Amino acid sequence: MASAEGQQHPLGVYYKIWVLLFVLSAFSYSVDYFDVQGALRWTLVIIFMFLKAGFIVAIFMHAIWERMALVLTILGPPTVLLLLIAFMAVEGNYTEELRFDYMGHDRDAVALTPAELHGGEEEH
Amino acid sequence: MSEATVNEVQSHEGITGLVDDWAADKQAYHVPWGKAMMWIFLVSDTFIFSCFLVGYLNVRMTTTEPWPPQSEIFALSFGGDPIPLILIAIMTFILITSSGTMALAVNMGYRKDKAKTFWLICATAAFGASFVGMQAFEWTKLIVDEGVRPWGNPFGAPQFGSVFFMVTGFHGLHVSAGVIYLLWVAFRVKRGYYDNKGFEIVEIAGLYWHFVDLVWVFIFAFFYLL
Repeated sequence: MASAEGQQHPLGVYYKIWVLLFVLSAFSYSVDYFDVQGALRWTLVIIFMFLKAGFIVAIFMHAIWERMALVLTILGPPTVLLLLIAFMAVEGNYTEELRFDYMGHDRDAVALTPAELHGGEEEH
Repeated sequence: MSEATVNEVQSHEGITGLVDDWAADKQAYHVPWGKAMMWIFLVSDTFIFSCFLVGYLNVRMTTTEPWPPQSEIFALSFGGDPIPLILIAIMTFILITSSGTMALAVNMGYRKDKAKTFWLICATAAFGASFVGMQAFEWTKLIVDEGVRPWGNPFGAPQFGSVFFMVTGFHGLHVSAGVIYLLWVAFRVKRGYYDNKGFEIVEIAGLYWHFVDLVWVFIFAFFYLL
């Protein structure tokens, strides 16, 4: 039982996860670097994010070695957040449509980039 | 409760263990109380950060003004063409490095290797401090050079500024507090304060530090990448 004497595990586990987290971060960053857009961007970023978060909680924070009573206390309550996210997404979408349909906002507005603002000395 | 009962109860794993731990009037979590309390604090902190991120989701969906292009705003030039999001990537790698050194510190603590524990925690704190330093640089660049304010910015939706300062500011505050906490623990380890009490405190401080890294994983994905 690990929790009686504290969490002691072979160092190799930590080194492997450490390297893995670096690799996953590099993947996340390359999604932006290679300018992947659209649904693929969302899919990749969210997959890498959940993998990283999972490894940090499971290995670095020792969640997989804890007793289930503690693990459920930690991971159970935050699952209700999924409901909050879903509600706010529906609500946000509704508000945005109202603003487009009844308040005359422009659907095709485009953001400015720093290059455009600073005189456009670099091409983009 | 006798020692024998605790061991007997702890012998069950998984769901049987869960039922055992919650059955009857007794201690439910078989971990040091400080660790249980740190976990409960972290769960509550999860809700605070989630409120920020869900608020960001709502605000970004409802605004009809275009969202500023993060990739270009956070680009940095080292003499040549600006590299997109490079500073944020470096900050991410620094935080992961610090998480690794912290995990090793926890391990060395349980091995009662005080010198290594001390230096590994100090290294973690140093990485944390450099993270905060880069964040200060990033804020300065955004405020002074780009004119981003909590109420508006020249690129697009004004909510960009408020979300940015609120979310990264609150995270930066956590990192700063973590650096102080870690140094405090490190010097107590060095002075031999935990020789008789045990080194669980290093793991507890480590939980906090990994949590700060965990929050950054979500901020990096939702605020900077998407």
